[in-house]
Amino acid sequence: MSAPVATAARPTGARRRPGDTAFSGAAAGSAVLILLVLAGVALFLLVQAFPAITAPADEVPGGEGLAVYVVPLLFGTVLSSLVALLVAAPFAVGIALFTSHYAPRRLSQALGYVVDLLAAVPSIVFGLWGVFVLAPTLQPAYAWLAENVGWIPFFAGPASATGRTIFTASLVLAVMILPIVTALSREVFLQTPRLHEEAALALGATRWEMIRYAVIPYGRSGVISASMLGLGRALGETMAVALVLSGSAVGITFNLISSGNPTTIAANIALQFPEATGLDVNTLIATGLVLFVVTFAVNFVARAVVNRRKDFSGAAG
Amino acid sequence: MRSTTSRAARAALATTSAAALALSLAACSAANEPDASGGGAADPSASGEAPVGGDLSGTLVGAGASSQQAAVQAWVAGFNGQNPDVQVNYDPSGSGAGREQFLAGAVNFAGSDAYLDDEELATSEEVCTDGAIDIPVYVSPIAVVYNLEGVDDLQLSPATIAGIFNQTITSWDAPEIAADNPDATLPAQAITPVNRSDDSGTTENFTEFLSATAPDVWTEEPDGVWPIAGGEAAQGTSGVISAVQAGAGAIGYADASQAADLGVVAVGVGEEFVLPEEEAAATALDVSTRVEGRPEGDIAIDIDRTTTEAGAYPVILVSYGIACKGYEDAATGELVAAWMSYVVSEEGQAASEEAAGSAPISDDLRAEAEDSIALIAGS
Repeated sequence: MSAPVATAARPTGARRRPGDTAFSGAAAGSAVLILLVLAGVALFLLVQAFPAITAPADEVPGGEGLAVYVVPLLFGTVLSSLVALLVAAPFAVGIALFTSHYAPRRLSQALGYVVDLLAAVPSIVFGLWGVFVLAPTLQPAYAWLAENVGWIPFFAGPASATGRTIFTASLVLAVMILPIVTALSREVFLQTPRLHEEAALALGATRWEMIRYAVIPYGRSGVISASMLGLGRALGETMAVALVLSGSAVGITFNLISSGNPTTIAANIALQFPEATGLDVNTLIATGLVLFVVTFAVNFVARAVVNRRKDFSGAAG
Repeated sequence: MRSTTSRAARAALATTSAAALALSLAACSAANEPDASGGGAADPSASGEAPVGGDLSGTLVGAGASSQQAAVQAWVAGFNGQNPDVQVNYDPSGSGAGREQFLAGAVNFAGSDAYLDDEELATSEEVCTDGAIDIPVYVSPIAVVYNLEGVDDLQLSPATIAGIFNQTITSWDAPEIAADNPDATLPAQAITPVNRSDDSGTTENFTEFLSATAPDVWTEEPDGVWPIAGGEAAQGTSGVISAVQAGAGAIGYADASQAADLGVVAVGVGEEFVLPEEEAAATALDVSTRVEGRPEGDIAIDIDRTTTEAGAYPVILVSYGIACKGYEDAATGELVAAWMSYVVSEEGQAASEEAAGSAPISDDLRAEAEDSIALIAGS
C-alpha cells in the first residue's frame, strides 16, 4: 500500500528545479543530523561511562562493582515498565477499538482529543498526582492484599504505610503511556481494509466477530509495536517515578506492595546526580548507557515488528 | 473515497509518530539537564576571574552545598541591600562539587557540609596565595519526626532511634520505646522508617550521629547515601516530610524547620531528652571541639555527637563557607571578605534563620569567625 506512494514521490524524468534541490538537500540534512545526534549521545555515554566500566570493583558506589550496582536498577526499571504495559495495553486496545469501530463519529473524535490531552500532561504533574492522590488511595488495598493474599509473592508485604510502592509507580506509568499506545492502535485498526470488514459482515458475522476475525488479526503487530513504543517511554520516565517510588535499594524482589522497592535507572540518576562527584558521576552515566541500550533495543524490536506487518499487509492488499 | 480515508489515516499516523519522536527527544533533553547545569557551573568562572574594579562592585561566584541554598538566597538579598553593585551567584551543585570547583579555581568561594580535608587543604595552597579556610556559616538542627496518632511527646534514646532506623525495632509498642516513654500508651502498630532517597548532607550527619552514639546498634559507616535497604525512601526534605505525613506509624529525619505539624522526637542526651530547638543546637555547637592541626583562621568543628551537656541537641548539620586566605586579585578578596562578614553577622544569621530555619551561630563563634575573615586578604 505504501510502496506506490514511495515511487510516485520520486519523479524520474522531470527537470529538477532549484526548489527541489533545496528541499531534498534539507531533508537529507535533517536525516543525517538525527543520526549524528544519536551517535553523539552514544559516544558521550561511552566516553563518560568508561572510567566506571574500567574502575576496580570496590571504588564503584556500593563497593561490589558496576554490574552489582546496575542489575537491581535495571530490574526495577524493567519490572515497573512491564507492569505498566500489562495494565495499559488492554485498556488502550479497548479504547482504540471503541473509537475506531463502535463509537459514533462525534464521540470518537471527542474521546480521541481527551486521550491525546493525557499525553500533554507534564510527567511531574502525574508524579504529584501519584504521590498525593493515588498512593494514599491505594494504601488500604495494599494492606488488605498483604493480609489476605500474602502467600502470593507479589503481595508478600509488609504493606507500605504510604502506598508509594512500585505498583503505584507502575500505575502512574500506565496512565502516562496510555495515550501513545491508544493513538497508534487506533490508527492501525482504522487501516483495516474496508473489504475485509464488509466481507465478514456479509458472511453474517456480528460486529464483535467482525472485529475478532478481520480487525484484530490485521492490527495485531501494529498493537505490539505501539506497546513497544509505550514501553520505551515507560523505561525512560524519570521525575514521576522519582517522586512516587520509595526506592530503597533492596535488590531484586517481586514484592509489589511494600516500602522496599528496587528503584529505576532514570529515577536513580535524577536523585543521585545533584550531589555526585568523580567516579559516582561516571557510574551514573554508565547506568544511563545501559538504559540507552535497553530503550534502543525495545524500539528496534518495535521497528522490526512494524516492518514485518508492512510485508503482511502488502500481501493482503 | 477509500483512498482519501487511508491517506488521512496515514497522515494521522505520521503525526502521532512525530509526536512520539518529539516525546522521546524531550525525554533526552530532560535526561541531559543535570549535565547541562553541571557544565554551566564552569561558565561563571570566567566572570568570576574577571578583574573587579571600584569599591565593592563586581561579581562573586560560589558553588556547593544544596543545604545552604535557601540561606544563600536570603544572604544574597540582604548583601545586595548593602552593596547593590555586587552580583553574587551561587550554584547549589553539591558539597563535593563545590569543593572541587573551588580547588580548581573556578569559583571564588564554596559552600560545603564537610570541611576541607588535609589533602584538599594542600591543594588549596596552589589555588589561593595563602591556603583556604573553613568558616561555619549555617547550622541546622535535624529533627526526628513521626506520625503516630495518640502519642504527642515521644522521647527516644539514640540506641532506640538507631534500632528503629535499621529496622530491628519494628513495632511502636516495642520494649525499647516503652522504656524511653514510661507514661505513654503506645499502639501495637508497625513502624515505617522513612529515609532520604537522594544523596544528602542531612543523611550523612544523621548517620554520623547514630554511629557515634549507638555504635553497637548502628554498625554502618556514616554516609550521605542511606545505607539500609528496605525502608521507605523519599526525595528531598519535602519528600520525607510528605511521606511521614502520609504514612500512619512513619518516622523520618529532616531539617527541623520543615517539621510542620508532625510530632518531633525529643532525643536522649545524657540523662534528659532534648528537642531540636535553635538554642539547643547552638549549645551543642559550643561544646564541640575544634579539629586539631588546622591552619590559622580555620574553624573546623568536630561535632561532639556524644555530648551529655544539659540542653544540647547534637543532631545538627554544620555547613561551612570556604574561602581563600589570599586571592591573587585583591579586589576579589575584598568582595569575599565583605560577603563572609555579612553571612556571619547577626543580620545575616537572622536572615537565614527566617528563610531556612537555621540556628544562628553564637556570639563567641561569630567573634572567632570575624577574626578569621580578617585574614582573607584585602580586608
